[in-house]
This record gives sequence, C-alpha cells and structure tokens, in this order.
Amino acid sequence: MDRSRSVSDSGRKDRTICLTVAINKIINSFEGAVADIPSGSSVMIGGFGGAGGQPTRLMLALRDQGATDLTIIGNVAGISKTTGYGWPDHLDPIDQGIFFESGQASKIICSFPVPGTTNPLSDIEKAWREGNAEVDIVPQGTLIERIRSAGAGIPAFYTPTGVGTPVAEGKEHREFDGQTFLLETALHADYALIRAEKADTRGNLQYIGTSRAFNPAMATAARVTIVEVDEIVEPGVIDAERVGTLSTYVDRIVKRAEGDPLP
Amino acid sequence: MNSSDQVLYNDPAPRLDRAGIAKRAARDLVDGTTVNLGIGIPAMCADFLPHGVELRYHAENGILGFEDLSAPGEGDPNLMDAGGKFPKLVPGMAFFDSVESFNLIRGGHIDVTVLGALQVSKSGDLANWMIPKRGIGSIGGAMDLAANAKRVIIAMEHTAKGDVAKIVEECTFPLTAQACVDQIVTDIAVIDVDRENKRLRLRETAPGWSFDDVQSRTAVALEVEGDLGTMV
Repeated sequence: MDRSRSVSDSGRKDRTICLTVAINKIINSFEGAVADIPSGSSVMIGGFGGAGGQPTRLMLALRDQGATDLTIIGNVAGISKTTGYGWPDHLDPIDQGIFFESGQASKIICSFPVPGTTNPLSDIEKAWREGNAEVDIVPQGTLIERIRSAGAGIPAFYTPTGVGTPVAEGKEHREFDGQTFLLETALHADYALIRAEKADTRGNLQYIGTSRAFNPAMATAARVTIVEVDEIVEPGVIDAERVGTLSTYVDRIVKRAEGDPLP
Repeated sequence: MNSSDQVLYNDPAPRLDRAGIAKRAARDLVDGTTVNLGIGIPAMCADFLPHGVELRYHAENGILGFEDLSAPGEGDPNLMDAGGKFPKLVPGMAFFDSVESFNLIRGGHIDVTVLGALQVSKSGDLANWMIPKRGIGSIGGAMDLAANAKRVIIAMEHTAKGDVAKIVEECTFPLTAQACVDQIVTDIAVIDVDRENKRLRLRETAPGWSFDDVQSRTAVALEVEGDLGTMV
C-alpha cells in the first residue's frame, strides 16, 4: 500500500482516495513495520502501562530504528522499569522510558509519566531534569477523550475534569447548567503503535482482558496505525460480534514470533 | 519547631497503621455500590470490607466487577487492575477500553472513590498529584475520579513528616480537584467535610486521642456535633 503521503502538520488523516483494491497489511518484521517513521514524528503507544496491551516489540523496533525528536503519546508511560508496574516478577520491565534513555524523544504527552519514588530515577524524569525532554501531563480521562475525539472528527469538547487545577491554565472555561467546564482539544498523531491479541488479514482486531485500554482509541487517531499481534487469522475467525477495532483503522499488522518470551 | 512553625507534640497514644486506616474507611462502604480504590492505603480497603458487603470494583484500565482484591490472580498481564496488581477472573466481570472507563468516571457513574492525599482543605479541595519541590508528578485518573465520583473519601496519614498538617485552610500544593472531598479518614481521626459551609466536623478519634490532640495536628478549626466517637 502506498504510504508515501507526507506527515501533515495537524496529523490528521488526509482525504486522499486510495484506489488500491487488494491491500496487504501484513509486514514480516517489526523492523520493517516502523522503518519509515521519520524523526520529528508524534507516536502514540497503546496499552495502559505495564506489559498487557503494550506493543513492546514495536517499541523496541522503533528504539533500534533510531528516529529522533519524537513526541511520544502514552498513558502510564515510564514507571515499569523502576517499579515493576504491570510486569510479571521474573522479567525486566520495558516501558516508554526507552525513548528517553536513548535520547530519541523530546516530549511526552501522558497522564502518568513518573512513579511516586525518585530512587532510582526513571528515564523520563532524568531526561526532564536534564532539560532534554518536555513533559505534558494530562488527566487520563481528558487524554483518552482527546484521542477519541481526534479519531471521531470532534475538534474539541468540554470536560468537568481539571477545573481549578494547573491543567486548566490558559483554557477556555464555560458554564453549562451552573457547572464549570474546560475546553480541551483533539489529539492526533502521525503514528499509533498498538497491541492486540489477534488480527485477521483484513485488519480487524480482537483484544483480550484488560489489554484494550488506549489501543482502540489510538487506532482511530493516527495517520498510520501499526498493530502488534500474537496471531494472524483468516477473515471470519474473529467473530464479527467480537471485533474490537475495525479493519478500516489498521494500516500494518506484524505478528510476534511463536513463544516470544516477552508478555 | 519545624519549617511550618508547628509545635511537635508527643502522641498521646499510638496512631492507627495503614491497614487500620483502610479498615476504618472500608467500614462506610455500601453493599452493591461501584467503587474505585486508589493506590496505596485506599487499595487496602478491599481487605477489610464488612461482612456481607460486596462491591463492584472499577479500575481505570478497563475492568469492572472484580470482587476479591485480596486474592491475587496468576500474574497474567492481560488481567491487571490500575494499581498494577493482577486480580482473578470472576463471573460477572467486564472488560472495556479507556473511553468507556472514563465515560463511567466522568459521567458520574462511580458511587465512591477512595483516594490518598497530600493536602485537603476545609472546602474539600484535594491535592494529591504533585509535590511542588519535585516539579513533576503523575495525575493518572485522580483528577477525573476526584471531580466526578459521587462520593470522595480520602484515606491518608493525618500529618506529613515532622507532624506538618495535611488538613489545611487552603491547599498550597497543585490541586487535583476543587471542593470534591466528602470525608477524610486518617490514622487519628474521621472528619466530615461540609463543603458548602467550608467546615470540618470531627466525628471520631483514634483510641486514646482527644479532640485537642487531633486539633493540634490539624491546621483548620475542627467542629464537633453531638458525641465524639472512637475509631474502631
């Protein structure tokens, strides 16, 4: 599929009509799936925080690919490595801090960048303290609604969350029925790296357990959505009643190796 | 004297431990309600539910209806709660994505949330996400929960290091939400917040603690209505 379209300033899906009829979305390697992500891109990372639902192989591939000046958009972003959050005890946790440890990311937009403890210091906090990274902390419900809005064609919305707090500074306030709300804007990205249990060859996705989290919304909000799955199946194997993300949103699918030791 | 000009008093009796705070906070949770427990002391409430009380726990990462937090699951990363613990799969449980999860919260469908705090003011303002000196903190779901849950209970230690008051006239730390707290349960007291009148009513003290003992560790004038109870 032609992916030569340039990264637009707004990060919106452009309206170019794609005339390709048979689209092969399956990419054979994680390296290949992220090869064209240029420096300066905004990249959403799915999941919640912790191993479940995290596109860990895609993250490692992007780290190895070396693109710089990245804006990472995540949720609980960089606490697993130092606290073990959401990882089985016997494994070394991997979190979004890898892009700050490597110096590739210049900014993160997320709800939970740092753990309660500063001993040891997380990679994101270290980069922030050294002046190498900007950290934009967004309430989780506002963050997910901004992402949902981006995918749904809603430019902005009012929320009760954050009124009277630092996140309200500089934002439009408006009253509805006597209650004050904040105006928050949609959040797009150039790329979304997401994780699902299964994809069919069309790109319909099925999730498992609590691995959904930010994945389905992020799939809708990026110009290019790349999914890491444990299994690729023929159309029809994922019951139409159980499709968690529609194939329309999915651009690239990469399957993990059998018996991958990472969760 | 410490930096906040507070006199350090000797405690008249032991303060409750973290489990004791959780146990007292859990006592007021109502059977059949939908509850979100924050990390730390709040999460421990699940271990001390009164007999016969069953709650529908909600966790921000997209899970509703896990019933027994005290019995851990198998460590499956795809069956996690928002605190990073791994609960058991039980009948009636539901999984959903973060859009739905925060529809539940923002839409006012969570009956009670129990959260920790750095500071609470007499008007019920809550600060619990950033220590100014550090300059960076994590909000997570706290702002959504505090602003939108039907009832907000704070479970925390009464004072910070050096007996610095955490219950204050005005929060000096960055706020999580304005005028949101209904009740404060600490290691020495249970306090109701009358947000409308900006008054704090002391309901109970820890065994061996008097009104004056609690008042001296609280930077807001406390009131008492009727008999002062003992935390059990």
